[in-house]
Amino acid sequence: MASKKYDLVITGGRVIDPALGFGRDADVFIKNGAVSRIAAAGKSTAVLKSFDDDQIVDAAGKMVAPGLIDMHVHLREPGREDEETVISGCRAAAAGGFTSICCMPNTSPVIDNQETVKFVQDRAQHADARVYVIGAATKLIEGKELAEIGDLVKVGAVAITDDGHYVQNPELMRRALEYARMFNIPVMQHAEDQYLCSGAIMNESYQSARLGMKGAPPVAEEIAVLRDIALCRVANSRLHILHVTTKGAVDAIRQAKREGVNVTCEATPHHLVLTDDEISKEFNTSLRVNPPLRSVRDREAVIEGLVDGTIDCIASDHAPHSMEEKDCEFDQAPPGMIGLETTLGLIKTFIIDKGYLSWADVIRKMTINPARILNLPGGTLQEGSTADITIIDPDKKWTVKAKDFRSLSKNSPFIGWKLSGRVHKTLLGGRIVFER
Amino acid sequence: MSRLSSRHLLGLEGAPRQDIESILDTAVTFREVIERRIKKVPTLRGITVLNLFYEPSTRTRISFELAEKRLSADTVNFSASTSSVKKGESLRDTVQNIEAMKIDMTVVRHGSSGAPYFLTQCMDTNIINAGDGCHEHPTQALLDMFTIRRKYGKLDGLRVVLIGDVKHSRVIRSNIWGLKTMGASVALCGPSTLMPYEVEQFGCDVYTNLDEALDGADVVNVMRIQAERQQAGLFPSRREFSALFGVNRERLKRLNKNYTIMHPGPINRGVELASDVADGKSSVILDQVTNGQAVRMAVLYLLSDREERETE
Repeated sequence: MASKKYDLVITGGRVIDPALGFGRDADVFIKNGAVSRIAAAGKSTAVLKSFDDDQIVDAAGKMVAPGLIDMHVHLREPGREDEETVISGCRAAAAGGFTSICCMPNTSPVIDNQETVKFVQDRAQHADARVYVIGAATKLIEGKELAEIGDLVKVGAVAITDDGHYVQNPELMRRALEYARMFNIPVMQHAEDQYLCSGAIMNESYQSARLGMKGAPPVAEEIAVLRDIALCRVANSRLHILHVTTKGAVDAIRQAKREGVNVTCEATPHHLVLTDDEISKEFNTSLRVNPPLRSVRDREAVIEGLVDGTIDCIASDHAPHSMEEKDCEFDQAPPGMIGLETTLGLIKTFIIDKGYLSWADVIRKMTINPARILNLPGGTLQEGSTADITIIDPDKKWTVKAKDFRSLSKNSPFIGWKLSGRVHKTLLGGRIVFER
Repeated sequence: MSRLSSRHLLGLEGAPRQDIESILDTAVTFREVIERRIKKVPTLRGITVLNLFYEPSTRTRISFELAEKRLSADTVNFSASTSSVKKGESLRDTVQNIEAMKIDMTVVRHGSSGAPYFLTQCMDTNIINAGDGCHEHPTQALLDMFTIRRKYGKLDGLRVVLIGDVKHSRVIRSNIWGLKTMGASVALCGPSTLMPYEVEQFGCDVYTNLDEALDGADVVNVMRIQAERQQAGLFPSRREFSALFGVNRERLKRLNKNYTIMHPGPINRGVELASDVADGKSSVILDQVTNGQAVRMAVLYLLSDREERETE
């Protein structure tokens, strides 16, 4: 005798939905791929009797959250399908607890036209996660002319960015902000002044002095952020700063928010966990990222920004690279590391367990906050919303292993690390797309 | 003579004093060998050394090659400009292919900081760093220290000034680590634009005024200033560099008696160093070159797996 009223119930878990201000033990009932009802634990004993075993997801001792959203992911399709495809990236996302991911436009060809947006959307149709496309801000992300942003938005682009490159020309950036305002989408900026960072391999610090590597100075991020805040104020638009890494940038954004500028930002797990001290140990090319890993002082400032709310979101900047490209001299390696499958464990281990944030704070920065910035559906378990749900085993101890990655690329500096907190099950529209 | 604590020589940062002393002491013996009419010993007979040069080099390369030959090693030379690197072969593939021809030791010069470390992950041979990016050039610093010690009988307590492009100089970095470990007092001097960020953390006295830097120093080691740094906007002209940082006879008055002038070469005469100073009686620039032979022989000898070979 199966329940007819509901398709599935997640029972016995602690349900956390920051958007609803909800955080207690409860049962989540799902019907037709949507959240139908959330009932306090123990209230539904009779109803549960009508469920078949395969309709019940036992979440005892687990945490039940809205499906996590990663607003900064590089899927390498089209162009580098050896490194990641839409399908493999979404498998990795599901394993990392993400039900929605936003993909960056620096593919080959660049996502600066409707056809390429549609191509990615088409590839994602039967994938294990929802994919929202972020379009290019300028044609070919060359920083010369605006892309056809209206066209991109028409087919579903949720934001624009030249990520990987700073829009160096302030006139062009001003126009991008003004133009984007018509569509109520944010301009996402990779904030590193290219003149100050020319040829940089790592952060400029005592570490770069020791190693004799060209450094990207933290001030390159700070002035880029300050400039764009000023332009955003003039354009009365929306600015999102990607991967904030420096004290100067965090301070600038904090101040701008106080003044009412519509600026948001994100931090990555690797900038929250690692510093440039790591590089000299083994010259591990997985540690080569842009913006670079910073000093302890900057890392602490980013954590502080995360704690006081200056930093709205946690995003992975998942950047797959092939073994061949990363198996080389440090300065020859392309920048980037994968992150979809380690983000949650790193944040639990190094942010929650260290007492910086609660689970509710973290889930907020990985669900409703990115959803609001990008106008995405989801990010909440409100009744009637799509049943994208992440079930977390909050204290599960595990070791990061290269062979366990579902991503096609293995460029992670966290291989071998022992983490606490892992995804137990991921549901997409009420369907289990990942379980451990 | 004791073996070194590592089977590679990647740099002098963190190198134990004991290792540096072993190398300098061993070099004394080889310094005597190269003065003989027959400048050759059978020490490394049967050992094959690869000289892997990814950057142009004249004196370091010749110095290593002669050191190897005078130890009776077989040598093979690789230069990136004339090899399959041009065909896009990776560093790992390149060295693994050469190693498959049975190489025992590798001397590497490469433009990337950390490339010698990377080679330790690719090959089973001993790796000797002959200069990696702007990171380290340990044998140059060892020969500089050998030259100083040969003249003064010690390094401890001497005041050494390193002048020039501190930011980009691997010779300066290796000298800093080696000299400090050996108890010398180290001063750095150069334009502020050619000082690395947080240079104070090296634990040296830092000067942008040459006269102050030279005051009371025993040894002046002048580095080559490269024209490309001017093009990159790091200093305005050779003329102005020379006026502010050029070492000339007038400025030497501030040095201690019995001072020493050094330069790792090649010299821009009249820019960082006046010709009469470079060729003067206090200059040991050519001794450095000769001593480089002995020091490199010592390094090759101490790192070679000769004991294992002898028992085979």
